[in-house]
Amino acid sequence: MADEVILLDFWPSMFGMRVKIALAEKGIEYEYKEENLWNKSTQLLQMNPVHQLIPVLIHNGKPVCESLVMVEYIDEVWKDKSPLLPTDPHQRAHARFWTDFVDKKVFDVSKRIWSTKIEENESTKKELIETFKILEGKLRDKPYFGGETFGFVDLALITFYSRFYSAEMFGNFSIEAEFPEINAWAKRCMQKDTVAKSIPDQKKVYEFLVQMRKQLGLD
Amino acid sequence: MGEVKLHGTWPSAFSYRVIWSLKLKGVPYEYIEDLSNKSSLLLQLNPVHKKIPVLVHDGKPICESLIILEYIEEIWPHNPLLPTDPYERALARFWLKFAEEKCPAMWIAYRTSGEEQEKALKDTLEMLRAIEEHGLVGKKYFGGEKIGMVDIAFGQIAQWLGVIEEIVGVKLLEPQTFPRLHTWIKNFKEVPVIKENLPDRDEMLVVYKRLRERLLTSP
Repeated sequence: MADEVILLDFWPSMFGMRVKIALAEKGIEYEYKEENLWNKSTQLLQMNPVHQLIPVLIHNGKPVCESLVMVEYIDEVWKDKSPLLPTDPHQRAHARFWTDFVDKKVFDVSKRIWSTKIEENESTKKELIETFKILEGKLRDKPYFGGETFGFVDLALITFYSRFYSAEMFGNFSIEAEFPEINAWAKRCMQKDTVAKSIPDQKKVYEFLVQMRKQLGLD
Repeated sequence: MGEVKLHGTWPSAFSYRVIWSLKLKGVPYEYIEDLSNKSSLLLQLNPVHKKIPVLVHDGKPICESLIILEYIEEIWPHNPLLPTDPYERALARFWLKFAEEKCPAMWIAYRTSGEEQEKALKDTLEMLRAIEEHGLVGKKYFGGEKIGMVDIAFGQIAQWLGVIEEIVGVKLLEPQTFPRLHTWIKNFKEVPVIKENLPDRDEMLVVYKRLRERLLTSP
């Protein structure tokens, strides 16, 4: 019996993109369902009753929620191809530490930039700059955070590339200009087909955020 | 199998997560109390977050309590704290992520006042409701018939929440409103390893009351 895999997602979500990359890396066929977050489907509400958020992976009828939990699940179930996490426990702990860092210090913090008035973004911008300094230090002379090959931490962070242009416009700082190593790393990741096809155009994401901010009365 | 050291602080709930896991697996370790909370040794072991707990195994540090727990599980797989089935593991990890995101609210309620505290109390209640409604249905422990990593992650609700409630003067976890959680707390605290390794409530009250006064009066 073939596996039935469904992904409930919303196209600008950086979390959903992570799962798309993981599924692509493993060559898994799946049905993609775009959710309208202002009119959530019954399926979404049933599959993620605690948070009612996307993304949700539904594997043979059973839901998995939280993007990095989903990526680890995909890695464990489809373990014969393209490993996403290292096998050594210490390296795995290291990878989990940095994906946790990305979640807390990049994704959580940057949420403020798209959802507050532009004048209030100075302190958030400072925090993000500190974070990217740390990340650039971590990258040092390696092609990827995972070392020689694209791995869990690269996957967790690269989806933020879709918001580089938005960060520049709303946050008034350029990741590309201020962090050339991160920029080079991002371009390197984007050369992978599995990554490029999972990440929407930066300007399209910016236009979406502009619309959302108008609706929230921020601009 | 290599020297194990745990750097922690009494009575940190996060230190206790690691203590419980090591003891449940019968792993011998040396406990080092981090007295100044920002000792130079700690800054070397955890330069990114500068926090306890830090587990040092064979000279290599691992940081962030839940990441430490996953590492312990991989190095010492006997007496498993996570299910072996990938789907069940994904469900457990969902709740670990939930604990990571939502438990901080009770600590914010503890160390703030006014509007900020009101919001934190509300967030804590929502967290308890979600656990009551979705996390414990038909189960003695989050781990099923035996305690697991999720029970350990929520351990702060079993002992530390009661102390916070007393200090801030607000009762959140009423037995009639949260019957499942109430029963879980009773069962959790009766597990021998937990019972023998719980910080004394009265001593905790003294320490946390004093700390709260300092936090609220400091500039």
